[in-house]
Amino acid sequence: MTQTVAEPEHLRSAFDAYVADEKKIEPKDWMPDTYRRTLIRQISQHAHSEIIGMQPEGNWITRAPSLRRKVGLMAKVQDEAGHGLYLYSAAETLGVSRDQMDADLMSGKAKYSSIFNYPTLTWADIGAIGWLVDGAAITNQIPICRCSYGPYARAMIRICKEESFHQRQGYEIMMKLCQGTEEQKRMAQDALNRWWWPSVMMFGPSDADSPHSAQNMAWRIKRFSNDELRQRFIDMTVKQADYLGLTFPDPDLKWNEERGHYDIGEIDWDEFWTVVKGNGPCNRQRMAHRTRAHDEGTWVREAATAFADKQRARQQQAAA
Amino acid sequence: MTAAVARNDQALSQQDALYDYCLRLGDNALILGQRVAEWTSNAPTVELDIALGNQALDLFGQARMLLDYAGRVEGKGRSEDDIAFLRDVLDFRNVLLVEQPNGDFGQTVVRQFLYATFASALYEGLSQSKDEELSGIAQKAVKEMAYHARHNGEWVVRLGDGTEESHARVQAGLDALWPYVHEVFEADEIDLAMAEAGIGVDPASLKDAWLAEVTAVIERATLTLPETDWHPDGGKRGHHSEHLGFILADLQFLQRTYPGAQW
Ligand SMILES: [Fe+2]
Ligand SMILES: [Fe+2]
Repeated sequence: MTQTVAEPEHLRSAFDAYVADEKKIEPKDWMPDTYRRTLIRQISQHAHSEIIGMQPEGNWITRAPSLRRKVGLMAKVQDEAGHGLYLYSAAETLGVSRDQMDADLMSGKAKYSSIFNYPTLTWADIGAIGWLVDGAAITNQIPICRCSYGPYARAMIRICKEESFHQRQGYEIMMKLCQGTEEQKRMAQDALNRWWWPSVMMFGPSDADSPHSAQNMAWRIKRFSNDELRQRFIDMTVKQADYLGLTFPDPDLKWNEERGHYDIGEIDWDEFWTVVKGNGPCNRQRMAHRTRAHDEGTWVREAATAFADKQRARQQQAAA
Repeated sequence: MTAAVARNDQALSQQDALYDYCLRLGDNALILGQRVAEWTSNAPTVELDIALGNQALDLFGQARMLLDYAGRVEGKGRSEDDIAFLRDVLDFRNVLLVEQPNGDFGQTVVRQFLYATFASALYEGLSQSKDEELSGIAQKAVKEMAYHARHNGEWVVRLGDGTEESHARVQAGLDALWPYVHEVFEADEIDLAMAEAGIGVDPASLKDAWLAEVTAVIERATLTLPETDWHPDGGKRGHHSEHLGFILADLQFLQRTYPGAQW
């Protein structure tokens, strides 16, 4: 990573003007150290979320209720793994290695989206994740398609197309459940009850408690505030739930004619911070799972390296 | 005696034989797909997680086409899902090899390699089937299984000729699975009837070429071809290992818990 010595003023002001002009920064361009570190943190966190997110959904592949649903879910989880890989590559262009990012995830230094620290208890949770979690992710990510950092923006364009497919697939699962038996409707309602607030929290703390926002806006890393994006998600989702005939676990949720938006009740920020700090229902399980898979794979990765080395040595010998 | 013959105690009709034959192919794909899908989020690297998931997707795709066709051959209005989710162990027709547990990554790679090398030869033969529906399915599947055979064969070599540990692990995987190979090439009345009608392929006719291909990879991997006089079989007649019941418990849980529900 780059030095933290004082940055030349003229470079910094030229950089600020360049991004303010909506031009893209590429890996070889000069950039302020804070810009680089902010992006590494954000992109790697996003990549880790894709990878950890494979666990709660992967949990249902062998139990999917039809072959069509099985293939749909398998393909979605594959897409998420692919998103993780594009994003790791984008982060690598900023000078951080994949091994470092893996290590930071497993040591707990790097975070991932807290939403994946909730369990998938029934098949309806697969619908709810697609509909709500991918829905919230798209709301967050569409503005990032215009991020000032070129590799991140380009990765996001590709990812957003797939996320919107996931969102439709999730909504369709919910629709089928809501048109089904009483037991299926119960499953769907319970999934919305459990996933609603955590999804609302996916946009992060309220603007008042979000210290980095102004600089990130100026740098065109962020385009809208957390609360603006949250509102956009709520307005979109409430109508979709009405169509399904589902209700929200929030007695204060109502249309506000004056604002032209839905109001919601108070967000339980204690819960949010509890999960961020590691005490959600599945934090330990997710980390233990990731670490176990990594550790169990060590001998395979070592063998691949050893084989490649042998092959190289043989080729050199043959050439000599 | 085959189950189909035992069922109505009279000469096997071509329709019955074809139904059973499609189940064998479809169940192999479905059960192996279930096993491979268990790797999701558990693979040694994200890249390998994706590669395994792609194999599972190919297998599920084959299973859907074959079970859907089986349902139409049977002619009782059963869908691919009715067939996949509402049969018990005795009516599953896959070979024992595909239901064996994943073990470590080395064992999985061996299983995938042994099966895919067989399946790509089988589908190549079936792509000439007089049954147009089967030949169409086989023409798509042969490309997929040939890729699985190549990909997993490369991993067998990499692990066999990698480190001491990887060599020992992949050899152990090969030793554990080798006895199950025998059943894959065993031909019974149904196989022979289908081969005679120009619809199917006699699996025994594929064995020599298969063994040559597998041996070449095993040698490159510096591994040893196991010797065994234990030849478990019975899968094609519905007599499975204990593992299948648990695979079905996972696979069928929702369909069994909520009979008749639409998903
Ligand atoms: Fe994603
Ligand atoms: Fe997604």
